[in-house]
Amino acid sequence: MKAIWIIAKLTLREAIRRRILLAGFALGISFLIIYSIGLHFILVEVRQAFTLRDLPAGQNIMNVESQNAFLMAGLYATTFLSIAMAALLGADTLAGEINSGTIQTIVTKPIRRADVVLGKWLGFAGLLGLYILLMAGGVILSMFIQAHYTPGNLLNGVGLIYLEALVIMTLTLMCSASFPALATGGIVFGLYGLAFIGGWIEQIGAVIQNPTAVKIGIITSLIIPSESLWRRAAYEMQTPLAGVLGVSPFGASSVPSALMIVYAVLYLCVALYSAIRIFQKRDL
Amino acid sequence: MSVAYAIETDKLRKVFGDYAAVKGLTLQVQQGEVFGFLGPNGAGKTTSIKMLLGLITPTSGSSSLLGKPVRDRDVMSRIGFLPEHFRFQEWLTAGEFLLLHGQLLKMTSHDLKSRIDELLGRVGLSDYRNKQLRTFSKGMLQRIGLAQALLNRPALVFLDEPTSGLDPVGRRLVRDVIHEVRAQGTCVFLNSHLLSEIEVTCNRVAFIRHGEVIKVLDLATLYADQTSVTIRVSNLAAESLTGLSQWGKDIQMDGERISMIIPSDAVLPEITRYLVAQRGEVYAITPNHMSLEDIFIETVGKDGGL
Repeated sequence: MKAIWIIAKLTLREAIRRRILLAGFALGISFLIIYSIGLHFILVEVRQAFTLRDLPAGQNIMNVESQNAFLMAGLYATTFLSIAMAALLGADTLAGEINSGTIQTIVTKPIRRADVVLGKWLGFAGLLGLYILLMAGGVILSMFIQAHYTPGNLLNGVGLIYLEALVIMTLTLMCSASFPALATGGIVFGLYGLAFIGGWIEQIGAVIQNPTAVKIGIITSLIIPSESLWRRAAYEMQTPLAGVLGVSPFGASSVPSALMIVYAVLYLCVALYSAIRIFQKRDL
Repeated sequence: MSVAYAIETDKLRKVFGDYAAVKGLTLQVQQGEVFGFLGPNGAGKTTSIKMLLGLITPTSGSSSLLGKPVRDRDVMSRIGFLPEHFRFQEWLTAGEFLLLHGQLLKMTSHDLKSRIDELLGRVGLSDYRNKQLRTFSKGMLQRIGLAQALLNRPALVFLDEPTSGLDPVGRRLVRDVIHEVRAQGTCVFLNSHLLSEIEVTCNRVAFIRHGEVIKVLDLATLYADQTSVTIRVSNLAAESLTGLSQWGKDIQMDGERISMIIPSDAVLPEITRYLVAQRGEVYAITPNHMSLEDIFIETVGKDGGL
């Protein structure tokens, strides 16, 4: 247990020393600034538009709808950035250290190889948690300050975004145990792209009521459950009306079931277990 | 425990695809000895070391370290390792780097602190404790790597090309450190191309070719064996020359130079005393050992076993 903790701290320290954390957070904060400024002007415009029409009953609903939509757009960007962060952190870690030989003096210490994988996983999980807290927290806070609006099921939604990032990170770690860094990055982004397209096919399929298209979407979600986790997160936080209105990248019209969340957690556990097994068996 | 070999392998074999990097390594290394592992490039030396350390899983065969199976955690806490072509966490400072490895070795923080001070001093890097490793030269990295390998006062330490990249001062340092740890009872398993280093450091050497031990040589007996000696002496009467035959044969004189074959170095002091007693002016007595390099080339062949 102690070895896992040592490796986790080492992973965090590496991210700080190699300025990965600084780069991620600096870009994250600039994103939040741009988002907040944009949101300010949009909110002003929206308020004017709905006030001019003088629809006292509808005004409030339309305000909430537009605020929710902009919030979801911000969270969608956050999710994408977190996934990029997860893949970038994980791609080089085992592969790079195996390639350079850095790993040799680590695994010949009285520790288990599993400790190395678990320690790295824990370190990255901590980093991603911080990152998502900053980014999602920033988007939500910006909306709250400017429009006094918070969506429902906030914790569930942000939790699902975190789970999505963890799934991608674990998958990256697993690939990194067997493939070089560049190949790992290619595989993970490729799979993410697959899930993204699959998610769209499913959403369109749901709108035009084509069961085959929905099925294709579900299958890609089983291959990599990242996009379905986002859609579940969006479903948790969006207004009921948004779901009915139709297809948008920032929302969900075909909602993944709660079973998909269970599947994603299992998927993560299997990927982590596989990462450990691959690393244990590998010649270093 | 004390009777167990430091390293024992039986027909250790590693096949990559259809290429046998190590064909069948059978070896016994005693505790406390400095053991040289020699062989041409591609002889499977590094692969063998990696199998012994559990980095590579052997295709077949068995091995044990300090009487226990490889990868046993108790054994790993009593082992040191300096890899070849190593790269370390270059974003750590020298002090942090040693601290990390000491923590992984489960050393107590008090012991670790004094040990880090001691080792940084020993390898001449005390002033660089707070410098990040990425600012280090190759030689400095080699030194910090050596310190890392010795943190836990190992019973067995593997040094894979420890002097590569080092200047003569650094090489001397490595040699001295090897002598020191040996005096403390540590077994050193040394893989090096520098035969002159091996010659002055090791008790025994194994010659490896195609991943097989083709010869094990005790360096102490190497010098005890029959050897030729060249003596530079002037003012020596011709009849005194025949007196030398009691210590050797094939005595030849060429001006001031006498050459002869002696059974061992042990007779050299007696020969010296005799020559002085015969009023000879002795300038030099040089035993002409077959160098390790000669033996290496004779053993593995001029083609280097390729």
